[in-house]
Amino acid sequence: MAVDWNTIREGDELPVLKKKPSVTQLVKYAAGSGDFNPLHHDFNFPQSKMLKSIIVHGRFKYAALGELVSNWLGHRGRIRQISCQYRGMDFPDREVTCGGKVARKWEEGGRKLVQLQIWTENDEGKKTTPGQALVELR
Amino acid sequence: MADTFALTPELEAAIGQASDPWTYEVTTTSVRAFARGVGYTDPVYFDTEAAKAAGYRNLPAPPTYLGTPIFIPGRSDDTFSSPREGQPRVAHGLKNVLDGGTEVEYLEDICAGDTLTGVSTIGALDIRDSKALGKMLIVSMDTKYTNQHGRVAAVLKSQVIFY
Repeated sequence: MAVDWNTIREGDELPVLKKKPSVTQLVKYAAGSGDFNPLHHDFNFPQSKMLKSIIVHGRFKYAALGELVSNWLGHRGRIRQISCQYRGMDFPDREVTCGGKVARKWEEGGRKLVQLQIWTENDEGKKTTPGQALVELR
Repeated sequence: MADTFALTPELEAAIGQASDPWTYEVTTTSVRAFARGVGYTDPVYFDTEAAKAAGYRNLPAPPTYLGTPIFIPGRSDDTFSSPREGQPRVAHGLKNVLDGGTEVEYLEDICAGDTLTGVSTIGALDIRDSKALGKMLIVSMDTKYTNQHGRVAAVLKSQVIFY
């Protein structure tokens, strides 16, 4: 279901996007993004040993937040700005839930704009990657 | 873990320094590889017909994907695939790296077939204390991506943590 400007209300929640990235998925992300930091695939890498695990790329979570917003928009608009902060680490084979909420809806110079709060939440309910997105609807 | 770490004039001299330009390619194959890496199922990022039906001129770059930097051994970073040559240097000597935060502002659509030219500038260096990680150096970098038509397509602001 693609989004419709007329029915968007401030406070609306975006349909959640659940991810459970396996090591293989992280390897695919490494290949797609070009980020081959061993911290994201090699358990014997010193920093992984220090953290007792490899960790999910922060940018994977950022990209997953992009997917959350893209799925919600259904190509009826464009992302103008998207940001996040990496506040907590996530680990492979653990569920990451991407969520979002309409913070503000307004028109400006004929442009239909929506500000979203977005975040990823780990399986203990901690928001590890809070962020924001500004989208413009057609 | 670093117990003591301070900004020296040598480090601070990096602030404001800009890199040489580097080319980032957006191709159908690179868009598919990124979308697959994230786990997209939306055909618009994989199937050019679906992309055109959705109003794009070719496969659109998924959000947060700003092209793949051209990789040349010796001139590119073997771990992060980003350019090494002509980049401002911050010789901090800290071993570990974590991502702090990322922001992209889009000014133009980015689709397969586009060629972006990226120029990075070091915006700020900050030191923060972390209970778990000790002294951390946060490097803030802005990268401006200009497309083949000479228009700025996106601006990336990133914060990288060294400890």
